[in-house]
Amino acid sequence: MNPYLAPGLVVVVLLTVAIGAYGLRFARTTSDFLVASRSVSPSWNAAAISGEYLSAASFLGVAGLVLRYGVDVLWYPVGFAAGYLALLLFVAAPLRRSGAFTLPDFCQVRLKSTVLRRLATAFVLFIGCLYLLPQLQGAGLTFATLTGGSYAWGALIVGVVVTANVAFGGMRAITFVQAFQYWLKLTALAVPMIFLILQWQSDGRPAVTPPQGAVFHTATTVTIEQDAVLDGTVQVKAGETLRYAAGDAVPAVSTVDAEFGQAWLSPGRESLFATYSLILATFLGTMGLPHVLVRFYTNPDGASARRTTLVVLAMVGLFYLLPTLYGVLGRIYTPQLLMTGNTDAVVLLLPEAALGGGHLGRMLGALVTAGALAAFLSTSSGLLTSVAGVIFTDVLRPGRNGSIRDFRVATLLAAVVPTGLALFVSDMDVSRVVGLAFSVAASSFCPLLVLGIWWRGLTAAGAIAGLIVGGGAAVGSVLLTVLGPTLHVGIAEFVGQPAAWTVPLSFLVMVGVSLFTSRRVPGDVGATMLRLHAPESLRS
Amino acid sequence: MAVDPPPRPRTRVVLADAAGRRGGTDRARADLHEQTPIGEALVKGLMRAQLALALRLALVVAAGLGTLPLLFVAAPAVGGFKVLGIHLPWLLLGLLSFPFLVGVGAAYVRWAERNEQDFTALIRRPEQ
Repeated sequence: MNPYLAPGLVVVVLLTVAIGAYGLRFARTTSDFLVASRSVSPSWNAAAISGEYLSAASFLGVAGLVLRYGVDVLWYPVGFAAGYLALLLFVAAPLRRSGAFTLPDFCQVRLKSTVLRRLATAFVLFIGCLYLLPQLQGAGLTFATLTGGSYAWGALIVGVVVTANVAFGGMRAITFVQAFQYWLKLTALAVPMIFLILQWQSDGRPAVTPPQGAVFHTATTVTIEQDAVLDGTVQVKAGETLRYAAGDAVPAVSTVDAEFGQAWLSPGRESLFATYSLILATFLGTMGLPHVLVRFYTNPDGASARRTTLVVLAMVGLFYLLPTLYGVLGRIYTPQLLMTGNTDAVVLLLPEAALGGGHLGRMLGALVTAGALAAFLSTSSGLLTSVAGVIFTDVLRPGRNGSIRDFRVATLLAAVVPTGLALFVSDMDVSRVVGLAFSVAASSFCPLLVLGIWWRGLTAAGAIAGLIVGGGAAVGSVLLTVLGPTLHVGIAEFVGQPAAWTVPLSFLVMVGVSLFTSRRVPGDVGATMLRLHAPESLRS
Repeated sequence: MAVDPPPRPRTRVVLADAAGRRGGTDRARADLHEQTPIGEALVKGLMRAQLALALRLALVVAAGLGTLPLLFVAAPAVGGFKVLGIHLPWLLLGLLSFPFLVGVGAAYVRWAERNEQDFTALIRRPEQ
């Protein structure tokens, strides 16, 4: 095991706690927290939002997908970043001016419907759980990769640590902590990448896609985890150890779905439907994620919410340049992951694989692992806090005097389901599950927010119908994909990547039903619109 | 930026549960004071300007990024085209798409703020 690993992880945790404690001096209660946050500049605020947003899926998953499938999956990072542009164009400033703190709150402010509020709560809980799941998966995977321990223990440990942290307020969603996590994550990918590129130069720039397919850069030993067929001819059994010399071709393993030849290099692996579905889900899903909206309230006004979103877009975009490079260099230095299918580990393994087991390789390996830890901690804490907050206010309904104890119960409730699920679905790509969470958000809250902000004619009945039909279709598709049986290929595409039909469906139903119930447009819609769109300086 | 607005009384906004119980009356009342047909028309104008701006820029992104998958399918040769030794799709998606998105966002922020300044100036113009 890497000797720098434990100290590195301890430093991350200690720094997180120290910065959190420093921040706590300014924020003792919830309202203190809000007031303190209002004095935070857009750049700090943006770093905090980015820190919370860049999750295990971004830190580990994107590179793994690139390693495995090539150029087609670059739509994931592009979409994750572009989601903030959609948020900026259609939602950021009016949402801040609405004064809504959570998505159910927005429903209440705009449409005054308790039923809609409860439905929105259900969707927030579902999306939150679905988004927490891959974070825990990533944690389990990291634990298993680095210590050789079992996946389940890793997922369980991080689940318990994060739950305890949030429940006891050890890591509140404090701006400075999250901002620190962003810079840590960026550094943890950028610094090793500099050394990796230098190493690649000094190795004589080995080709990423040699004409004969992927080859081993150094002598490698691979342990097969499942019975499989190599290159369609050789049978191997689970537990078998295979040895390869430098320059040997990497065999295709029948149990692992990956691209080996030139197809990795050029687009066209995914169908047009799947690609556009992914684009819609990621571009429109970001605005519906529960932990994203909460942070917007920390801006002082609508105009600064806009500026903050722009900085977030730039910061997130800067970060996403890096995972692609890890995936590409992984083709050269860690091709054995294509045989084991453990591609999400490429970021963790690449520094040691490329730079050797010396001090430099190990230190950089510890650095990326520390970054991965920051990714799990910040995103899952942020998510858990916002999901627990919704459970606290909308499900437990403790009234005005809700105690801290109730909040802890809410946290526990919010954490149990995703942790349990993470133990059972270990074999899905981290980024794929995140993609599913985005499609549900895009087909439920995106239409609700966009129509609610820009269209006076939206009624509560229309919003409810749209959430049930469009959002419900997306939820059904996700459940079928994650838990259901293997589907026929033709249907699997529509169900596995549903956004391309569920998002338009949701919009259509919302508009259609609202037109039918146009008499029930809230009477104060004019006042609400004034509030959402007029600059704060005109309020009096 | 315009001159700083005069300080207004601080509104205390509590967490999620509050918005429902208040029933939106005290918050909305202040806004309702200005609810004349003229005021309504002005707000509609502002909304229309902002929405048109957002849709126009969304169209720019749809044209710039959204057509790429179609382009790659329609003209597979583009996928093999190399710039500086990198295949064009990798360069477009992995590198250039991010500054493009930030550029569109920056343009939006600038123009949206201008729309709001125009609106404020219109409301604040001296009575005749």
